[in-house]
Amino acid sequence: MKIKKTIFIVLVYLISFAHTSYSEEADVFVQSLINRTSKILSDNISKEQKISELEVIAKDVVDIKGISFYTLGSFVKTLDQNQQNEYTRLFEAYFLKSFSSRLADYENPEIIISSKEVVNESYTIVNSLLKGTSNRPEIKIDWRVYTKNPDNPLIRDLIIEGLSLARTQKEEFESVLNSNNGDINALFKILEEYSKN
Amino acid sequence: MKKIIFTLLLSFFLTSNINASSKEELLLSKNQPSEIKDCFETLNRATFGFNKVLDGLIFKPAARVYKVVPSPVRSGVSNALDNLSNLVTIPNNIIQGDLNKAGKNSGRFIINTTIGILGLVDVAHYVGLPDYEKEDYGQSLATLGVGPGCYLVLPVLGPSTVRDSAALLINIAGGDSWYNVTVKNDTHYFSDFDYHASQVISGIDFRAKNYDSINSLEKNSIDFYASVKSLYLQDRQQKILNTNKIVDTQDNSNWEEIEN
Repeated sequence: MKIKKTIFIVLVYLISFAHTSYSEEADVFVQSLINRTSKILSDNISKEQKISELEVIAKDVVDIKGISFYTLGSFVKTLDQNQQNEYTRLFEAYFLKSFSSRLADYENPEIIISSKEVVNESYTIVNSLLKGTSNRPEIKIDWRVYTKNPDNPLIRDLIIEGLSLARTQKEEFESVLNSNNGDINALFKILEEYSKN
Repeated sequence: MKKIIFTLLLSFFLTSNINASSKEELLLSKNQPSEIKDCFETLNRATFGFNKVLDGLIFKPAARVYKVVPSPVRSGVSNALDNLSNLVTIPNNIIQGDLNKAGKNSGRFIINTTIGILGLVDVAHYVGLPDYEKEDYGQSLATLGVGPGCYLVLPVLGPSTVRDSAALLINIAGGDSWYNVTVKNDTHYFSDFDYHASQVISGIDFRAKNYDSINSLEKNSIDFYASVKSLYLQDRQQKILNTNKIVDTQDNSNWEEIEN
């Protein structure tokens, strides 16, 4: 009886240890992302190189596919498989270009993580502060981290001073679709043009 | 007897909490950006185009020059403009029933206008008063239950809603003491010029503070008009609710739809 109890305790311990040892805390994950990004931005390399390295990071830590479906909302269900694949491909190219070119303009931004809030098992909001400079006021940045798979957390949204970038993107796409009578090809064309320019 | 009083008190607090919570939910749903219709889209886009030209001709170049002004001077100007805006914020704190904030903002205004040399130095911040949050008549109308109506782009002033545009009329109908002492009444101390200059400088100050963000947004948007509209309505919703809590203003169900 005693042996059974000991085995049970050891098993519980091992399971819980295995879980905590491999999962990454959302704030540690964001801090590591900030460190990687800051290093690239402060490196003495060309803007093109910076953009290319930032794209690698984005592919690694951002849930691009998730965001792509979110930004299309319920409209995504009206697309056939080929259209979905085409949309995912175009969105990724658009997102990477937009993400990296926005960031590449910053020089060594100083971001401090202040707190985190576990919303549920799928989401944690990590709160941070981009320190102000003489040209820019202090900016509050919150990171929506998708934590469903604790071993592979992913960024799903950036909320800057309370304004969600994913939501803005979603409403922008909605507007394009509404102006074109819901024609997805019009959105494809605009995304393609943006990525090429 | 004590038990009855306790039960009454408990039910009172529970009811007020329910009321507060349902009021917040009502405000949240009424001011949900996706629910605000763009009834005048063609006209709005035309006005937006006009404002963009105006920005390129006046505000953007002025903001570029203003950014060169030493940082302490810009901070001083920004503080003085914030201090003036207290004259609209305080009555709105009262309308919204927030007497505590009305008191603190009155204290802030008195301290900053006197010791802070006409608001150039935010002394109130150093003496421990909480961070300043602007309030306007649009926000007050919203808390009184008035819906936003359609989205509207005003010439020069930019994004707004029908409710918020109507609320601007309250300012010129006596709701803004700064307007009253400069434009409406001849006080011999101030002139129309002071009011209009403060409005123009306020616009340039805003443009300079958001110089890079606006340029980046314009460069990276596939529909700049839609992006500005979305950001404005999200910001408005947050200000009406007086919240910094993201989780309250984000609809998780939108994300749950795409669970991988």
